[in-house]
Amino acid sequence: MLARCAAALRGRTAGSLPAAARGLAASAGAAGGEQPPAAAPTSQPSSSQEDRMDFPGGSVPFTAGMDWHGGAFAPRAPLPCYRTIDAAGREVPDAAIPHPLPRETAVRMYETMVRLQTVDVLFYEAQRQGRFSFYMTSSGEEATAIGSAAALHPDDVVFSQYREQGVIMYRGFSIQNMAHQCFGNMHEQGKGRQMPIHYGSRELNFHTISSPLATQLPHAVGAAYAMKLEQRGTVAAAYFGEGAASEGDFHAALNFAATLGAPVIFVCRNNGWAISTPASDQYRGDGIAGRGPAYGIATLRVDGGDTRAVYNATAEARRIALEQQAPVLLEAMSYRSGHHSTSDDSSRYRAAEEMRAWRARDPVSRFQRWLVDQGWWDDAADTAARQAARREVIQALEAAQRAPKPPLSTMFEDVYARMPPHLEAQRAEVLAHVAAHPDACPADIPVK
Amino acid sequence: MALAAAVRRGMQAQLWGGLLQSQLRGLASSAQLQQSAAAAAAAAEASPAAASPAGPPEAAGRTVKMNLCAAVNDALHIAMAEDSRTLCFGEDVGFGGVFMCSRGLQERFGRDRVFNTPLSEQGIVGFAIGAAAEGFRPVAEIQFADYIFPAFDQITNEAAKYRYRSGAAYNVGGLTIRAPYGAVGHGGHYHSQSPEAFFTHIPGVKVVMPSGPREAKGLLLASIREPDPVIFFEAKMLYRTAVEEVPEGDYEIPLGQARTVQQGSDITLVGWGQQVRVLELAAKEVQDQDKISCEILDLRTLLPWDADAVEASVRKTGRLLVSHEAPITSGFGAEVVSTIADRCFWSLEAPPARVCGYDTPFPLVFEPLYLPTARRVAEAIRRTVTAT
Ligand SMILES: Cc1ncc(C[n+]2csc(CCOP(=O)(O)OP(=O)(O)O)c2C)c(N)n1
Repeated sequence: MLARCAAALRGRTAGSLPAAARGLAASAGAAGGEQPPAAAPTSQPSSSQEDRMDFPGGSVPFTAGMDWHGGAFAPRAPLPCYRTIDAAGREVPDAAIPHPLPRETAVRMYETMVRLQTVDVLFYEAQRQGRFSFYMTSSGEEATAIGSAAALHPDDVVFSQYREQGVIMYRGFSIQNMAHQCFGNMHEQGKGRQMPIHYGSRELNFHTISSPLATQLPHAVGAAYAMKLEQRGTVAAAYFGEGAASEGDFHAALNFAATLGAPVIFVCRNNGWAISTPASDQYRGDGIAGRGPAYGIATLRVDGGDTRAVYNATAEARRIALEQQAPVLLEAMSYRSGHHSTSDDSSRYRAAEEMRAWRARDPVSRFQRWLVDQGWWDDAADTAARQAARREVIQALEAAQRAPKPPLSTMFEDVYARMPPHLEAQRAEVLAHVAAHPDACPADIPVK
Repeated sequence: MALAAAVRRGMQAQLWGGLLQSQLRGLASSAQLQQSAAAAAAAAEASPAAASPAGPPEAAGRTVKMNLCAAVNDALHIAMAEDSRTLCFGEDVGFGGVFMCSRGLQERFGRDRVFNTPLSEQGIVGFAIGAAAEGFRPVAEIQFADYIFPAFDQITNEAAKYRYRSGAAYNVGGLTIRAPYGAVGHGGHYHSQSPEAFFTHIPGVKVVMPSGPREAKGLLLASIREPDPVIFFEAKMLYRTAVEEVPEGDYEIPLGQARTVQQGSDITLVGWGQQVRVLELAAKEVQDQDKISCEILDLRTLLPWDADAVEASVRKTGRLLVSHEAPITSGFGAEVVSTIADRCFWSLEAPPARVCGYDTPFPLVFEPLYLPTARRVAEAIRRTVTAT
């Protein structure tokens, strides 16, 4: 039986896979190109190739020297950080720009950044006023979210961590929908079940956020693999922090993506901090980007505060992922300018000095200055955009706060596709309990 | 005692004679008879080893007012100071932890012994197992119980079996895994769960869930010194809200012994962790409104749990209610109920009740209705007591 399955699987890989999928083995093998047709025993290199060792995973040259790599031996120079706009918002001469930003796109990107900043400031305040329970800002990382989102296609599928609200906004998620989600009201797609900021949208190809870290990374690989088999011509984009990259799921995801040839773009937001844990407690070696080549994955480190660089890096990553049907890793270097969340006070563990220095490199003003230099933006447009965003956010919060919560019985829906009898019984029990004690149910939850 | 036993035997004979328990329930006189018989039997047979008296031995007699977070912190300071092989680590532990339970430890004991780990629960527990197997006492923090699952393999396949699979050549007895658990009012799916039942299904680990500051300190010290690995779930809702007098200095509360929170005669309420407080509220309500007298047992340790104490209490009261926040299906309440049904079948005057979370993921906005509130518990107490 097992043998039959294996044979069927082999048959499928050889026969029924799209050409693009089949062509992968060659490009994926980082250790040394073509695989030997039959695995030679590792201890006995074939006599004709005394200078190399062929083994099931590749082929490596022999050396008589004892050359150590990594660790305290021969430390490697860090991978450089690609940028196109400097900290002051000026053009970097001779920067590689394989994907020039059209004016219209650039303006839309900046407008979304303004909206994102406005949402972050006002939602944060709303949480502080106790209007809803939790919030996380993306300040300092707006360019990473917007720059990458703009380079993706709407049919590409996004798997995000939680600090990438700019991505779903750029895809068209309204501020009103964000407010509905944070208030957990009846208009919210997630039916009030998750904490604030756990957005999701099937229409916008944005898988619903889940708090456990890094779990979305293998999902993205599986999704990308499915796209490949169906020849959808799309990629999966997976976002995560440098902290989450310490989880086992990160390693599994990169290894799966490389070995199975999944067209997935891994976008690491290295913002220096995982709550109170500095990146220096998170890894040795060359950050997250340094791991990519070791997995056999094309990798680029990019200035996460440079909107145009992130856009170009992502657009190019997308091209590579589709052309090679293989994963790409981006590490966007930035800084978490705000607290980890509304439950955190970062002054307890990091220096004000450091925070000030990074705020001076604010990614939004960097991009704004560049736009102004292009003659595509000015102060009047900026003021108007900010005022409009402010009005929209305030109205959205008010409307979301007024809306009732989802009806009580929905608590038991969607656990399964069809409600099993024990859940039906429990639903009846809750409804009877509330019928007997109307005050047991918060006033904004409709009893039905 | 002889009389009580005779009466009980008589009741059993009646049942064997074909009287169904449900029929028996309808007979007030039989029920009363059974109740007083059971109470008499329990009073006569209650062993001193059963539920220990409330409160730990007061070390020097002096106490300090503290909340649960401070009590945990106090225990960690004592354990770190007494043995240089005690380590504290986990995500964000260096600066004091996101709940500040490890506050001051790094300053006092240094970065080699108190430190941030990379963000990986399987790494944290696996690393802790290795250190424990080499004679250290790692106290590993999992930031939220909801995030313990990446470490499940390390716990169930490694920590729990280390001693058994090596024929006791090796063990990881020094290992303690701390994790905040439970509802807080706004935690949604992933900052609210009570995953204790998963871990009570693992032979080889112990599972401890303190119900308040005094309990937490004594149980944590016992857990750290316990020769077997312990998973220690802390009620995060109580970190700040539960404040009480806690003995100064060193003391232990032995694992595996329940605590009688209050004596009563009509029904035994069993809980652990923060649910004990809910049981107290419910007991007060039915005492005030219905003159129902509840005996409350705080299990403290779920694996191994003090079945003798619960049995003794149920023999006395004739009724049992178990309550936990975790979903009802396959929750630890099922274990308690089935064991007590087995041991006390002839003393039971009503079906044992369970008041628990529902079988859905923990739902943010419906939390007030999802939880086994004092009101739901009180209703179940009334139902159970009038069922006879
Ligand atoms: C599996 C898991 N462990 C722990 C946590 C708690 N937690 C939430 S966010 C966070 C830090 C994440 O840092 P990073 O990935 O760098 O992202 P950032 O917050 O910096 O954007 C931690 C430890 C979690 N959500 N999931």
